[in-house]
Amino acid sequence: MSFEQVVFYFLAVLAAFSAVMMILQRNPVNSALYLILNFFCLGGLYLTLNAQFIAMVQVLVYAGAIMVLFLFVIMLLNLGDDRRLREHLGLRMYLGIGFSVALVLELLFIFLFRSSNSAVQQSANAAEMGTVEYVGKVLFTRFLFPFEVTSLLLLAAIVGAVILAKKKTAE
Amino acid sequence: MDIIEPLVKIVFIFLITLTTVAYLVLVERRVSAFIQNRIGPNRVGPAGLLQPVADIVKLFLKEDIVPKAANKFVHSLAPLISLVVAMTTFAVIPFGNSIHLFGRDIKLMIADVNVGILYILALSSLGVYGITLSGWSSNNKYSLLGGLRSSAQMISYELSMGLSIIGVLMIAGTLRLDKIVESQAQGMWYFWRTPISFITFVIASFAETNRLPFDLPEAEPELVGGYHTEYSGMKFGLFFLAEYANMITASAIIVTLYLGGWQLPFVGHIGLPDLAVSLLQIAAFGVKVGLVLLFFIVIRWTIPRFRYDQLMNIGWKVMLPLALANILITGVALLW
Repeated sequence: MSFEQVVFYFLAVLAAFSAVMMILQRNPVNSALYLILNFFCLGGLYLTLNAQFIAMVQVLVYAGAIMVLFLFVIMLLNLGDDRRLREHLGLRMYLGIGFSVALVLELLFIFLFRSSNSAVQQSANAAEMGTVEYVGKVLFTRFLFPFEVTSLLLLAAIVGAVILAKKKTAE
Repeated sequence: MDIIEPLVKIVFIFLITLTTVAYLVLVERRVSAFIQNRIGPNRVGPAGLLQPVADIVKLFLKEDIVPKAANKFVHSLAPLISLVVAMTTFAVIPFGNSIHLFGRDIKLMIADVNVGILYILALSSLGVYGITLSGWSSNNKYSLLGGLRSSAQMISYELSMGLSIIGVLMIAGTLRLDKIVESQAQGMWYFWRTPISFITFVIASFAETNRLPFDLPEAEPELVGGYHTEYSGMKFGLFFLAEYANMITASAIIVTLYLGGWQLPFVGHIGLPDLAVSLLQIAAFGVKVGLVLLFFIVIRWTIPRFRYDQLMNIGWKVMLPLALANILITGVALLW
């Protein structure tokens, strides 16, 4: 096994483990911590793919910013009583089981029957594609329209959030 | 052979940072004493120079107390997160130009990555976990308040920090820190070229390192000790270490981005041997970082702490618009 493979398997196993532990933990703060670990592993996996920019943004945005907000909310709400949370589940739990079984079957189907005939394609400039320069260039040329639409969507979301926050203090 | 060079650099940086932290504490105490018209610690060793040793021995010998209701694992994990984040940020900072030693050119930075600045931002955004988790895991009201304050503060100031860097990035046209330093040759420091960005970045750095006037997470008079109320012995020592290591890293980043990094004007024209030039450049970097550190310390002992609402107002209503305006101004200036 090459060094890259060792790193990949280590991160992959750790990512799967932390994802499972996130669901199994009773304490919401522990769940959040496992999720942070999971995001970290994903960032590492992006690095093994030579995608430095995506890796850093993964850590910066997901592990750094979004999860801090998650923790903040969890600590403020103090959801201590997990038994009451459980009563709401019922139907949703069975739906969730159904969907996850369907997902596993789909994945198995793809890996067992489809992956063999579609050979893995590696782009010639794979190392270049992960750099900031490349991502920026592509965002402002080929994907300009989706990029601008996304920014509009985010702006609308910000305005909505401000209005929601304002309403509460006015009453 | 490839693994030895980075290892040597890592050990070198690690030792330098630890020594600087130890003496930074002494400097801070002496400077505060000077400002308050006292003498300060001068008993241990000549002129108090061995005070850091005494402090460290004291921290190691103290009993380590963990509160009964605390989450033991997270309680121990939190100071480690703080310290690791503070120390590893230094990996991408160039502390000198390449130096010619033992027949090979050695680049004076540990990790030469394409996304240097993003790496710094990513790690500094993780630093908040150490404080937030220590506040939560202690199971103490004051600690929790300190932890929550710090996460709110970090989120608010990280934004203006990232936005104020963009001004520099637009001029330099790269995310590599060594290239940014190179583009500041001949005294063309970004300090002169983007003064607004410099000011907002320095203020945000103060907030990110939890130094006065932004030290609300620990605010002794209101919160006992804030997030580290329930820490003792070397675990408290780790937080202490992390705070000062953070200060050193923040100063190094400020120097690298705005004050020309290791650049020393005119030194290339005197005709000194290459080795001497390299060493002088490293020394220049050290002196600049030292001066910024001194600035950090003097500010701490001259400016009182902000109120919490003032802190949030400055972050969102002053710093953020300023940083955004700076991007606009830089863009116009570059096009023009």
